[in-house]
Amino acid sequence: MKKTISVALTGNPNVGKTTVFNTITGSRQHVGNWPGVTVEKKTGRCEYADTSIEVTDLPGTYSLTAYSADEVIARNFIIEDNPDVVVQVVDASNLERNLYLTMQLAELGRPVIVALNMVDVAEGRGDTIDEKRLSELLAMPVVRTVGTSGRGLDRLLETIIAVAAKGEKHTHTIGYGDEAEALISDLVRILDDDPALAGGYPLRWLAVRAIEGDSAVLALIEKSSVAGAVQARLQQIDLDEYEALLADKRYEAIGAILPQACTMCVRKMTGSDMIDRVVTNKYLGIPIFLALMWGAFQLTFAVAEPFMAGIEYVFGWLGEVVAGSIGNEWLASLLGDGVIGGVGGVFVFVPNIFILFLILSILEGSGYLARAAFIMDRLMYVIGLPGKSFIPMLMGFGCNVPAIMSTRTIEDDRDRLITILVNPFISCGARLPVYILFAGVFFGRDAGNVIFGLYALGIVVAILSAKLFRCTILPGESSPFIMEMPPYRIPTIKNAMLNMWEKGSMYLKKAGGIILIGSLIVWFLASYPAGVEYGSEESFAGMIGHLLEPLVSPLGLDWKIAVALIFGFVAKEIVVSSLGVLYGADEGSAALSDALLADPALSMAGALAVMVFVLLYMPCVATLGVIKKETGSWRWAGFSVLYGLVVAWILAFATFHLASYFLGGA
Amino acid sequence: MSSPDHSPVTLDTVISGDKARIVGVKAKGHLRKRLLEMGIIPGAIIESIRVAPLGDPVEFRVKGYNLSIRKGDAACIEVVMEVE
Repeated sequence: MKKTISVALTGNPNVGKTTVFNTITGSRQHVGNWPGVTVEKKTGRCEYADTSIEVTDLPGTYSLTAYSADEVIARNFIIEDNPDVVVQVVDASNLERNLYLTMQLAELGRPVIVALNMVDVAEGRGDTIDEKRLSELLAMPVVRTVGTSGRGLDRLLETIIAVAAKGEKHTHTIGYGDEAEALISDLVRILDDDPALAGGYPLRWLAVRAIEGDSAVLALIEKSSVAGAVQARLQQIDLDEYEALLADKRYEAIGAILPQACTMCVRKMTGSDMIDRVVTNKYLGIPIFLALMWGAFQLTFAVAEPFMAGIEYVFGWLGEVVAGSIGNEWLASLLGDGVIGGVGGVFVFVPNIFILFLILSILEGSGYLARAAFIMDRLMYVIGLPGKSFIPMLMGFGCNVPAIMSTRTIEDDRDRLITILVNPFISCGARLPVYILFAGVFFGRDAGNVIFGLYALGIVVAILSAKLFRCTILPGESSPFIMEMPPYRIPTIKNAMLNMWEKGSMYLKKAGGIILIGSLIVWFLASYPAGVEYGSEESFAGMIGHLLEPLVSPLGLDWKIAVALIFGFVAKEIVVSSLGVLYGADEGSAALSDALLADPALSMAGALAVMVFVLLYMPCVATLGVIKKETGSWRWAGFSVLYGLVVAWILAFATFHLASYFLGGA
Repeated sequence: MSSPDHSPVTLDTVISGDKARIVGVKAKGHLRKRLLEMGIIPGAIIESIRVAPLGDPVEFRVKGYNLSIRKGDAACIEVVMEVE
């Protein structure tokens, strides 16, 4: 029978754990160049030399003291799930701080392996690392790896198997100096009195963690018979002082090890510094940030246009074929209006979605996201949030679901809750088709600017809402902002393409799945009860629409839009597919854009109001689910729906009336 | 008056391009722990790299990597200027 070895991949944020994981297990987990990309544990398997290895990729953490939700996941897995081998992925170009966690892992009494990752970057800079010497000094195996190319990963797997076979626990620990050691041995003696307490952990480790105020360890001690004695001993000392002493000794130990195993080049001005001189410049920083965002959306629109025209042509042709060749009127309508009108309407925007995700993944992979957070932190401070909250906002341009999950890196619960609640206002990729459709039809050459304006409005509403929440329902101080600034890296083409394909194909699957179903439901509502004219006011769709018309008519919209908005709750693209179905009557070949332009009920002002409403009105079903999951209650999910609807209605109303006044199109 | 090179100042007052040696971390609770484990410990050399366009936060280099700290948080870190 084959053995299975469980391995935990841990390490500081942004050292390349997920890249190593993907290469070893053949997975396609999301990677990027900023701290906090991975916020969940993910498990994968690989077979190597007749051994089955189960690898768990963990969120990054700077130490075993966990503050934020993602760090708690990492810490609990290592401590509670008892993996056979712990592999710490280390950034070879940033050894000193990375080894701090190594020092903590060493005390845990588990087999630990160090993977010196990104060793190519360190070598390219002229650093030399003697991994044999480092291995002796750390008393644990050290393997050089490059996650992106796979270099050294076979060695890593061999080492994992060898270490697991030996089953040797790591016993080498560092000394903390006479004073601290006296305290530690006192605590160990006290803890030893309760044999049930340790639960497999070394007593020394428990003592050290108790001094450092590890809440989980303190809770464990609290329940034991020695709780009083431990408390009494800890009360005799200044814990703050000891905490600093332990950290200091760990860095001292690292400082003693490093010069023996590595020679670091004297840091000259690096490429990253040069780029940052411009990109985060006092005068240029903000204009560059805005120009990048603006450029991204212009590009999304411009590059995709010829592809869109091609897809539109194909669906138009398909529509004609269906209309011409299928004799059965019912079937022809189902296929032509329902399937082709609905799904085709959404399919047209596939090129935009692909380009949007390509741009986002290039931004993520380069390291610019951390700079964006750095530049915008002051603004976040004004609204009472940490700069980290800005990254989920930028991620939201892709999809709100992973963006809301990425808030797990935010330490303070209220900060995190606010960041979650405002995220749906950040315009995700699914809303883009709605804008492209309406802006393209009604604003022609200015479409790019209108779309950029919508994205900006989303950000402004998010920021003002955050301020409002901070001042009312979730008061509090803004928590500290300490963020590592990763060096810039050139995003690998493979990763950018992979990421684009993963996200883009998700959109395609959505188009073939939930959007198809949504379109068919709308088609059914538009065709029945039997005998009514398709898509007329007497159909079910017409009845529902008319019921809601009083709500949307102040926004300059008619019943067809109302129906589309209802179904857009399932997924925002359905707004487009529903309109495709509803407007898709008879001609078949006429593109939705022509039909919208021809509709007397719609004006330029009305089009703006639709876009504003779709931008803000409510999180889609998937986002609602993740809000519930991350906040732990339906209450906040419900709140975000209600708040969104109210804000959307008010702003769409204002937009319609202002635009009618200025554009004279009412 | 004592020499300005030896009297402690707070980290937020260090000008971009200057280096200082950390002598004390006055923060409490989580902030303190986080600073310590990120290498902000007494004795470490820290260099101020640049201030963000809107005046806050500040990017520092410590232990061979860069990190960004808000001025308000940097104010609880005591340093003495290093003379080059």
